[in-house]
Amino acid sequence: MTAGTVRPSIAVLERQLTLYRRLWRASVFSSFVLPVLFVISIGIGVGGYVGSVKGVDYLSWIVPGVVASTAFQMALGESTYPVLGDFKWSRAFHAMRATPVQPNHILTGHLLYLLFRVTTAVLAFLLVVLFFGALRSPWAVTVPLVCALLTVATAAPVSAFAASIDSDSHFTLLFRFVMIPASLFSGVFFPIEQLPGLIRPVAYVSPLWHAVELCRSATLGTAPPWPVAAHVGCLLVWAVAGTLLAARRFRRRLED
Amino acid sequence: MIFARGLVKRFGDFTAVNGIDVEVAPGEAFGFLGPNGAGKSSTMRMISCVSAPTSGELRILGMDPVRDGTRIRARLGVCPQLDNLDPDLTVRENLTTYARYFGLSRVEGRRRADELLDFVQLSDRAGSMVEPLSGGMKRRLTIARSMINEPDIVLLDEPTTGLDPQARHLLWERLFRLKQRGTTLVLTTHYMDEAEQLCDRLVVMDGGKIVAEGSPRSLIETYSTAEVVELRFPDGLDLNADYAAKMSGIGERVDPLPDRVLLYADDGDAALTEVHQRGLTPSSVLIRRSTLEDVFLHLTGRTLVD
Amino acid sequence: MLTTLAAARSMRASRPGLSTTRVGAVISRNVGALRSGPAYWIVLVSGFFEPLLYLLSIGVGVGALVGDLTVYGRTMPYAAFVAPAMLAVSAMTGALAETTFNVFFKLKYVKTYEAVLATPVRPVEIAFGELTWATVRGSFYTAIFLGVMVALGLAPVGGALAAFPATILVSLAFGAVGLTISTLMRGWQDFDLLTTGQFAMFLFSGTFSPVQDYPAWAEILIQITPLYHAVELVRRLSLGVYGPGLLGHAAYLLVMLAAGLWFAARRMERLLCP
Repeated sequence: MTAGTVRPSIAVLERQLTLYRRLWRASVFSSFVLPVLFVISIGIGVGGYVGSVKGVDYLSWIVPGVVASTAFQMALGESTYPVLGDFKWSRAFHAMRATPVQPNHILTGHLLYLLFRVTTAVLAFLLVVLFFGALRSPWAVTVPLVCALLTVATAAPVSAFAASIDSDSHFTLLFRFVMIPASLFSGVFFPIEQLPGLIRPVAYVSPLWHAVELCRSATLGTAPPWPVAAHVGCLLVWAVAGTLLAARRFRRRLED
Repeated sequence: MIFARGLVKRFGDFTAVNGIDVEVAPGEAFGFLGPNGAGKSSTMRMISCVSAPTSGELRILGMDPVRDGTRIRARLGVCPQLDNLDPDLTVRENLTTYARYFGLSRVEGRRRADELLDFVQLSDRAGSMVEPLSGGMKRRLTIARSMINEPDIVLLDEPTTGLDPQARHLLWERLFRLKQRGTTLVLTTHYMDEAEQLCDRLVVMDGGKIVAEGSPRSLIETYSTAEVVELRFPDGLDLNADYAAKMSGIGERVDPLPDRVLLYADDGDAALTEVHQRGLTPSSVLIRRSTLEDVFLHLTGRTLVD
Repeated sequence: MLTTLAAARSMRASRPGLSTTRVGAVISRNVGALRSGPAYWIVLVSGFFEPLLYLLSIGVGVGALVGDLTVYGRTMPYAAFVAPAMLAVSAMTGALAETTFNVFFKLKYVKTYEAVLATPVRPVEIAFGELTWATVRGSFYTAIFLGVMVALGLAPVGGALAAFPATILVSLAFGAVGLTISTLMRGWQDFDLLTTGQFAMFLFSGTFSPVQDYPAWAEILIQITPLYHAVELVRRLSLGVYGPGLLGHAAYLLVMLAAGLWFAARRMERLLCP
């Protein structure tokens, strides 16, 4: 990135942060309180009946999964209505387009904003589960990095989708048929080896599964099922392909 | 400032702009006049470097909009047809945020924002959200926003469409001051009075083409007469064409419209006397100065705003 | 649509008590929206997937790690414990989605009701109409879900038949409260609070683990909230665990229904006919 790219992207990020200053209170619930409640209900409540998974107590086992799925849901959610809205309702992206800010900068600014949002939520969550004793390895410090990569791998393709559609009812379907199934069957709550053989490859494709496994190996200090490079590689493919696609969609939507 | 030769914009099979030539000089207030769908907005979008011309030559500030779009946009101010203010930001934040898009420092952005709020008379609303503002206030804010980078050219796409008369006059007054400061203004409108108020020079567009060009005064002189007599008849709905036929030869030209008959003459009173002499008894008569509306009617055979 | 409008108009002079025709007109407006396009249909029909996916993920997936569970003195697979809870949840979410999100939208933005009230339809009739529609939607989800439960062997047919009327009551109770909530909403940001509350109940109402596991104070807190009673009622009926406790849970939901409806009608009256 050259200096000419950085400055307009930062300006877009600043706009998002100015908006966020008004909205952060409401988002504390969804991005922080809910994941903690989830850990208490499933990790501790149900965990009491589970005992241990692969030699690890259930709470410690699902915590990294919940972290990753929180990042996944935030990145996905924040790239739906907000992105479509800035194209269609407030037309804020069109307003930016009339200045030296280019479609690429708009996309970059949006992704930077999500990195900020996800990272703060992940750090706060890690701090809480630290007190639950669910972080068992110093490698846990790499969890925010994995979540950052997952954020781009998720937000970029979803932003491309949001830039391509005209009706927001598509999002309900995206939540129902992509977000919820992905969150529930990507190894967050139970190992994907339990999935029927036919469905398992779908989990292998999901960026969330790779992030879950990386986070889990980080907080537990164990080796992930695939080589680290393979998991990171899959996430990178999503991130790079998604970003290229989104850049194209943004450009097309803001032209003509 | 702006130079276009044989400019064309096509969307699939539809030709929105069909080979126009335009030249705008520094400090000029230039207007594109025409009905909806005449190709004004497409032309504006090409000038504001968000839509690439299909063919023809276009130079803005001496640069090529496709290659140097970013550098050109840095020196343009754009006020789009539909307000695209940030509804979740305050009035002032809308300006300071926008200043950052041009790479201005925060301090400079705040300084200019306050100055511009003063200019568009919105200082007392600086901390308010955008949503409760009236249409005229939003428009003024959009114009203030378009000036945040101290642009060489301000592009205004139908600046007063949808505003009440009072708000329009306030806006015109502000735009006139802007012009006095030496800013080049380029605007589109389908209001005659707006074009006459603001434009030094204008082109009349219809069906993607330029059908006439000149100052408002010279267009009226060329394509119309000094005065126009508007005549309404009680049974005019079906018979206006007949009445018009009976008036032929009076003045320079007679135009029957669905609701009235227009009689073009340099001396309206004399023409009216002649109408009465022919035994015609209109239910109402209005003698007025000729306007751009008459020019447009003469050029295209249609009224501008249906 | 035109016939209902004409029928409503002809009754303008009399203004009798609660008119079933006019309540019907409010419902038929919603059914009319179904014809507006495939998007709303897909959104509506796919609504039952969410609890189903939770059942498969937590009930079956995590259930494999849990093994069997003993509640009400019976031992059962974990999925059989979670399934009725998800059933109650789907009745709740189906009814709430319709009476909060959609009603709020109509109330605040599209002003549907102001147009409806220009006819002799009264606010209380709007409330009844919306509630009926929400219950139809909720019951549609629960009927499918019960079918799935029987197919997966998580409930006997008799239990499913006994639980179905209970899920209708759950839809009605949550729908009525949802109507009240949508008249109290200030803006979309309040939906965050509602969703959070809904989600917290979803996690802790004896849905995934028995409430007896919680500390006493938490158990009491949970017993105050509505979803707990819905889950208990539906679970006991579907498993065939009868007892006087059932009446208590049902009474809770009935009171909720009556109070919700009463408040909603009053609030609508005040909002729409000031």
